[in-house]
Amino acid sequence: MTKTQNKTNEDIAGGTILRVTGPLVRAKGMAEAKLYEVVKVSEEKLLGEIIELHGDEAAIQVYEETAGIAPGDSVYRTGRTMSVALAPGLLESIYDGVQRPLQKIEEVADGCYIKRGIEADPIDMQKKWKFTPVAKVGDSVSGGDVLGEVQETSLIVHKVMVPPNESGVVTSIQSGEFIVTEEIATLTKDDGSVASLPMLQYWPIRVARPKASKIFPSEPLRTGGRSIDTFFPIAKGGAGCIPGPFGAGKTVTQQSIAKYCDAEIIVYIGCGERGNEMTEVLTEFPHLIDPNTGEPLMKRTILIANTSNMPVAAREASVYTGITIAEYYRDMGYNVALMADSTSRWAEAMREISGRLEEMPGEEGYPAYLSSRTAEFYERAGIVKTLGSEGRTGSLTVIGAVSPPGGDLSEPVSQATLRVTKTFWSLDSDLAYKKHFPSINWLTSYSLYAPNFEGFWKDEIAPDFAAVRSTAMKLLEQESKLLEIVRLVGMESLSNSDRLVLEVARMIREDFLFQNAFDKDDAYTPLNRQYGILKSIMTFYEAGQSVVNNPEFDFSDFTQIATYSEVASLKEKLDWDIKDYQSFQDRVKSEIEALA
Amino acid sequence: MSNKEYKSISSIAGPLLVVEGVDGAKYEELVEVNVPGESKPRFGKVLDTSKDKAVVQMFDSTAGMTADETRVRFKGETLKLGVSEDMLGRVFNGAGEVADGGPELVPEQRRDIAGEPMNPYSREFPNDFIQTGIGSIDVMNTLVRGQKLPIFSGAGLPHSRLAAQIARQASVKDGADFAIVFATLGVSFEEAEYFRREFEEAGALERSVLFINTAADPVVERISTPRMALTTAEYLAFEKGMHVLVILTDLTNYCEALREVSAARKEVPGRRGYPGYLYTDLSTIYERAGRVKGKAGTITQIPILTMPDDDKTHPVPDLTGYITEGQFVISRELYRKGVFPPVDVQGSLSRLWSAGVGEGKTRADHSALKDQLFASYATGREVRELAVVLGEASLDDTDRAHLKFADAFEKEFVGQGEYENRSVEESLDIGWKLLSMLPRTSLKRVKAEQIEQYMPKTEVTAE
Repeated sequence: MTKTQNKTNEDIAGGTILRVTGPLVRAKGMAEAKLYEVVKVSEEKLLGEIIELHGDEAAIQVYEETAGIAPGDSVYRTGRTMSVALAPGLLESIYDGVQRPLQKIEEVADGCYIKRGIEADPIDMQKKWKFTPVAKVGDSVSGGDVLGEVQETSLIVHKVMVPPNESGVVTSIQSGEFIVTEEIATLTKDDGSVASLPMLQYWPIRVARPKASKIFPSEPLRTGGRSIDTFFPIAKGGAGCIPGPFGAGKTVTQQSIAKYCDAEIIVYIGCGERGNEMTEVLTEFPHLIDPNTGEPLMKRTILIANTSNMPVAAREASVYTGITIAEYYRDMGYNVALMADSTSRWAEAMREISGRLEEMPGEEGYPAYLSSRTAEFYERAGIVKTLGSEGRTGSLTVIGAVSPPGGDLSEPVSQATLRVTKTFWSLDSDLAYKKHFPSINWLTSYSLYAPNFEGFWKDEIAPDFAAVRSTAMKLLEQESKLLEIVRLVGMESLSNSDRLVLEVARMIREDFLFQNAFDKDDAYTPLNRQYGILKSIMTFYEAGQSVVNNPEFDFSDFTQIATYSEVASLKEKLDWDIKDYQSFQDRVKSEIEALA
Repeated sequence: MSNKEYKSISSIAGPLLVVEGVDGAKYEELVEVNVPGESKPRFGKVLDTSKDKAVVQMFDSTAGMTADETRVRFKGETLKLGVSEDMLGRVFNGAGEVADGGPELVPEQRRDIAGEPMNPYSREFPNDFIQTGIGSIDVMNTLVRGQKLPIFSGAGLPHSRLAAQIARQASVKDGADFAIVFATLGVSFEEAEYFRREFEEAGALERSVLFINTAADPVVERISTPRMALTTAEYLAFEKGMHVLVILTDLTNYCEALREVSAARKEVPGRRGYPGYLYTDLSTIYERAGRVKGKAGTITQIPILTMPDDDKTHPVPDLTGYITEGQFVISRELYRKGVFPPVDVQGSLSRLWSAGVGEGKTRADHSALKDQLFASYATGREVRELAVVLGEASLDDTDRAHLKFADAFEKEFVGQGEYENRSVEESLDIGWKLLSMLPRTSLKRVKAEQIEQYMPKTEVTAE
């Protein structure tokens, strides 16, 4: 008998329904059930999960529409807790919130609507994968050790690992083509018993997968977004949040990161968002080429789509489903990036279930455990030393969008998120209104990771990267103060050096920060070119300072020089390298000096 | 157990009934309520069901019901609407009953009005340009077939006239007409009648289905009216292959009806007393738009809502904006200036614009021109604010050109006749004509070749 949890077809007769209110069902006769056990509700076998137990009475959240369910109907137990299936075949899939593949659902339902009670294997159980063993007979292995490898897509080698809770001596290992449920190895354990291991494993979604240790993050996730990478970077293994009112560009920003960042695996969770957005990802990603590998983006992507009109309880589960899959790839030693759009919908799903449970509400009706659940979720991010003797390093970066009502960040979900994330991209409705995208406000956003990267920037990009960056940020700060003055008393009152600040800050905003996510070439700028552009802009400031202070200097001369009008096109110079930027900077210097 | 009658109502409060001694009523089940002395039954649905008690939410009013004599029958199925192609050209009330004095329909299908969530995998991404004949929409905030794009308005603003103009003029490049499914939710008789007449005069009535719930009709009926409209739309689009334009007005009334029911159930309220599930509930309306792989028809949705006190952060517009693919905002400022249609170009947004524009859809220069118009108009408006504070004397020539441009843009580009149907090419040309008022150096978003090709050679000066 295998010790892995298999999907059981023999459901255990359980209790009977007492009450139905929306997605919440109460049933009695459940004395033997465990918390978070998966149950099937009524003869329609609707998928549910036990979320509370009182004596023999259980509260069950149902992951499908409950219309037509009545008190007196049966509830069947399955004996397993809510888990995801982990095996080759996850990549390129699109799942609903409880890991049912939407493509299969379409086939089974024979139509465009999601019918109830459909069961579909999360992973193709018939497909044969070529398994190449790595471990040998006689090896002593424990959780996290690699048994063998499967080429899952052209990009990703799937490492089949010993499940975290298993260990022993390899007594047999196969080589060849297998389906995911076939035995590929056996272990003899310390107590003499034999465990049969297939490629397919299960892991409960509400429990973080174990790791050997966490590592302090010191390398940035490169996204190709200029305002993100240069000004407000996020670490590989970091946690970031994007709050913003609707129309500020949360989804576009998330999708840009998903497209261009240098993580090897992307898990994209559409949690309570628009159906068409998921369709867009589905139609676009197979055609888009990953700038880091030259392969279609879909080959490294897993999508979880629980759109706003799909059952609310499955929305609650979707973020856990996604992050557990992400952790599984992290354990193989990959850099994984997870986008959750939007965590506010997840919190609202929690609120809805909490209300039906008649729990005492906290702030704005959200349950009191909102902040602890949020913290738990983001804490699953990190760069880790994985289990196993190999000591691989893997990272999981989590980026959550937050949709604060009315754009007001004082609401509970934003506040709970801000406390646990270290990069904050503040999307600003005023900037969006002016069509400045990405509308990341350069004054209110922050990244607490930036100091960690100073070594990286110095070694990989340029010795003065951090200095250029901080001067640029200082200029933007000064600009906002100067603009206040201009608004009150007009431009004439400013000194030449103030006008230089305004002029250079405008360049930073318009010619560096402004980035068109819909333009193929503009959407992705590698970090060294980002530095080249910003350094060039800052050259105007450095060279200008000595010249403009001359009281005789006419500031309009400054705007007449050739390089001044060329700045706007710097971001279009895709083939420029560091030398080209240097020669541009030299021209800037000599042209400005000629003005003196 | 179904079809057993109960006379055991223990309480009637607002739109809710509590029926005791019920043996296993089903969640969401349709309930028929017979009030003594009335020949026509009233209807409701089960909201909460436990061992021997059911809470029923009525679609009709509860006025005149008695607790002891009223008979309740559980129908064993959810609320369904009979649909057929013959519904085109007909008028129904908010409960889906024939309201134009014509004959009853023979339904071809009976469909659950709640609908089912569409599989995101089965959707097809919208990408057909819809020409509304309104420049500020076609050029600046392009609408595409299968999109859901609400109109955010305020009390006293002409959103109805804008919606009617869109309904009259909307067409796609292949020339197919839209079927229109139109539902009013708690609006005044005049407003409902205005739309009916507009459709009639434009000859659009025979391709329209109207569901009319006015302010005089039961509040709770409004909760099912939009769902009936959408059920009809889904049938016409995905069974009969039609392109359907759904207009719902006014969603703020719908949300208030929902709040009323929620308050009667003594639920923990979310923001401003609206239920915590308002987002989820609205999504079950708005998400019923789109295109499906392998089906010819599409559903495009234009819901209208009035923002209380023009406040975009009010829960109704706020949650709507998070679900829909953009919004058209009506500007009180432009309306006061006498500009029609007063679309707030900057505040409006179409998230799917990029899918509808460009070579082969509209014109190759569309995207760049749109960016330039946005940028120049934004500059012009900033200058206008500056001029108020510092006086026009403080402006330089470039500033003054932008100021003139912003005025002309509002008057000539945004402003057009209520019955003027501009082709997208005409609108684009007007855009280029206006840009010629500005110095070339400030046109950074359009390419030199485009200026050469599209901009009229003679300079235009605003009078």
